[in-house]
Amino acid sequence: MGVIQSYKLRLQRKRWRIRAYRKGRDIKPVSDKTAQIAKDDILVLSTFRNENVRLPHFLDYYRDLGVQHFLMVDNDSTDGGREYLADQPDVSLWTTTASYKRARFGVDWLTWLQIRHAHGHWCLTVDPDELFVYPFCDTRPMRALTDWLDASSIRSFSAMLLDLYPKGPIDAHPYRRGQNPIELANWFDAGNYTIKKNKRYGNLWIQGGPRMRKFFTDLPERAPALNKIPLVKWNRAYVYISSTHTLLPRGLNLTYDEWGGEKASGVLLHTKFLDTFGDKATEELERKQHYAGSHEYRAYAEGLGEDLDLWCPWSDRYRDWRQLEVLGLMSKGNWV
Amino acid sequence: MTLGVVMLAHTAFDRVEQLVRHWSAAGCPVVLHIDENVPQTAYQQLVTSLSDLKDIRFSKRFRCEWGTWGIVQATKAATAQLLEEFPKADRVYLCSGSCLPLRPIKDLEAYLDAHPGTDFIESATSADVRWAVGGLDAERFTLRFPFSWRKQRRLFDAYVRLQRRFKYERSLPEGIRPHLGSQWWCLTRETLEAILSDPDLDRYDRYFRTVWIPDESYFQTLARRHAKTIESRSLTLSKFDFQGKPNVFYNDHLKALQESRCFVARKIWHRADLLYDTFLAPQSVPSGIEEPRPSRLIRSLENAVLRRTRGRPGLVMQSRHPRDGWENGLTAAPYSVFEGFSELFVDFEPWLSKLTGFKVHGRLFAKDHVPFELDEATYAGAMPASAAIRDYDPEQFLRNLIWNLRGERQCFQYGPTDDPRISWTLAKDANAQISVISGAWAIPLFQSGEPIEKIRTSASKMQTAEQDHISILNSYYARARIRIWTLADFLNNPFSQFKPVIDEIAPRTNAKSYEFPDMVDLTGFSDFLQDLRNAGMHPHLTGDFPPDQTLPMAPAPQRSKIGQAS
Repeated sequence: MGVIQSYKLRLQRKRWRIRAYRKGRDIKPVSDKTAQIAKDDILVLSTFRNENVRLPHFLDYYRDLGVQHFLMVDNDSTDGGREYLADQPDVSLWTTTASYKRARFGVDWLTWLQIRHAHGHWCLTVDPDELFVYPFCDTRPMRALTDWLDASSIRSFSAMLLDLYPKGPIDAHPYRRGQNPIELANWFDAGNYTIKKNKRYGNLWIQGGPRMRKFFTDLPERAPALNKIPLVKWNRAYVYISSTHTLLPRGLNLTYDEWGGEKASGVLLHTKFLDTFGDKATEELERKQHYAGSHEYRAYAEGLGEDLDLWCPWSDRYRDWRQLEVLGLMSKGNWV
Repeated sequence: MTLGVVMLAHTAFDRVEQLVRHWSAAGCPVVLHIDENVPQTAYQQLVTSLSDLKDIRFSKRFRCEWGTWGIVQATKAATAQLLEEFPKADRVYLCSGSCLPLRPIKDLEAYLDAHPGTDFIESATSADVRWAVGGLDAERFTLRFPFSWRKQRRLFDAYVRLQRRFKYERSLPEGIRPHLGSQWWCLTRETLEAILSDPDLDRYDRYFRTVWIPDESYFQTLARRHAKTIESRSLTLSKFDFQGKPNVFYNDHLKALQESRCFVARKIWHRADLLYDTFLAPQSVPSGIEEPRPSRLIRSLENAVLRRTRGRPGLVMQSRHPRDGWENGLTAAPYSVFEGFSELFVDFEPWLSKLTGFKVHGRLFAKDHVPFELDEATYAGAMPASAAIRDYDPEQFLRNLIWNLRGERQCFQYGPTDDPRISWTLAKDANAQISVISGAWAIPLFQSGEPIEKIRTSASKMQTAEQDHISILNSYYARARIRIWTLADFLNNPFSQFKPVIDEIAPRTNAKSYEFPDMVDLTGFSDFLQDLRNAGMHPHLTGDFPPDQTLPMAPAPQRSKIGQAS
């Protein structure tokens, strides 16, 4: 990569930051508790829309891992989720009715919050249907991981998206508020992923899983990206460029080893495929607020007509992180 | 005997206090060195919190940066202070604020009593160690290192390069031979006094001041000069990872640490409450002087280094994406590729699967479909039988397939009409066993009964494709186990050609004689080839085919026991 290219990326990064300042004006604080944030606190950032039913479990899950503060942006929810979060002691909440798409799918809003509140903090950017799993997460809090990353001079930690789904039609069992969604959706695809390297940004581009298997058998190149780098020791100069798939500066994307070794990595359990999915897909399709002309949701909507069942005889049932590590979906790297 | 403790600390002072109290309760005097970088308030707080203990001292503070002379200065000052102020102390244990005693201190004292006059310090010449980071082992002692490795890496590296370029080499002071070893030791008063009162000490100090990481060589070298009995190992369990930083232990290591029977372990995560609570509980009953046996724990630590540097062969995932040539194994397990066998033998695939018990697929890289074993719609790892997805990245498809069923051998068919992009991967993969009967693609054409003009073009295409494929298999880069016969050669003595292939992958079927599958009827095949030639297409990959009458197997398909065939 030459100097010119490098400089172009630098300009691009600056542009995204300026844009974040502009788009940041769109979100209004509902409950700003950021004064509580202490020096070493681990933060979770998230945007959501009509996810009230998922929020209690989401908060509990990350509180258990030792997250101290949540920075949430509500995009015009109408289901009481905003009111629920406003009452939480460790949640700072903003709200907006502005376009999700024009805020680069929420990234601009979060970038603005990151610039203002996340500088110097370990910062986990996830959706409400994503549960972060890392090596030893059943015995060690997230702080153990971030301390180890600090000591190893690692600034970013990758966790690919792993789609979970139930056996049988996805709407067979209704999800109850507060319930652990993994009780319902606990199957996954263990080994059908393709990985390509993005030369421009240096990140890996991962596709596959049940969505590719079911909805994109003829158009694999259109299948959604599953690579994510959700955990970053944030600096106000950093930006996410598309969702949490890619970051700038590029060095943050090098979460993989190219000389044969394995770096440590985790997984984001994606619990999207519950009974709530059908309504969501229909709604999102109407709003046309998603990536690539909502191609993804259109494909789902077509699949949904016939009792969508993502399960196949070769699906694996989710047990714990050790299982994912043995299957090669994540790695302990040299963390013991 | 009294054991004195020198403790170097720079952070997590609540734990330091706990540790000091633990050593102190066992009757050990402790001299604490607190890094000069620590703010005065935090330092004062610690001094106050420990003020109720009698035999505790705080030594003169030095700035301790990783890999620099300050750490040695600190150790020297604290040790000298301990020797002077606690004349009873006849052994000194050097530890850090994140070193946790795992066994009762009484055990350690009894162990030292059982080894009178012995200095426990890991100390080896630089030629014999391999743990050094950055490839600098002997050069630690022959170059100068005025820059910080952590904070001024560019300068550090540039200065090293400069010195190498000009072949700069400093001379060693007389009377010492550089040794390296773990920073954490337990020395006797005699040895320490001899070191600290060495008349040449100033000269040595001047030298070590610009040695790299002197805390791993200063005492290790000088002990060689003065000690009477050196036991070259550390009583502190401390293992470095591949970056050269110490491994950290957490609550879930409790059992492994207990089993290791080490006296002291480093480094303990300062929030590992369970470890601190368990091991610092009021002194339990002494359990004797048995030797530490950390080998199991150390093995798991070494495996972690291997995982980080070599990784799991055949795995490509989000945090392992090897460049060309760095895969350490293109695939995860051995597999077999058969080319031309399905064409020559009747029901070859079911036969192979029945004989060997292996997973036998059809032509996995065929144009429009992915015929997994039993024509399953999905396969191991939930791989869909979608040609588009396979063609999106054929190499990853193969790698996934082999990885998903590692432990079981898989076999698949391949032919000249299949995706040629996979040829190089197959050829370069040491896990692949490839058996080719070249020219066998002519058999289905022969059976089709189509007019020769129609067949001519596709025969020519297939021959070109197969020729390309075979030249890849014959290339210098090929690492697979490869066998290639022309159809004519193979038919000359089919079973003795084929038997080694099966014996190689399924040795257990070796002893028994087994039945080979029927061959297809090749009556008239010779004439067919001649027709092709007459039509202007030269089928050279089939080999030199004799006229029908002399074909060994041609007249009628026959059953043959391998025992009789050879």
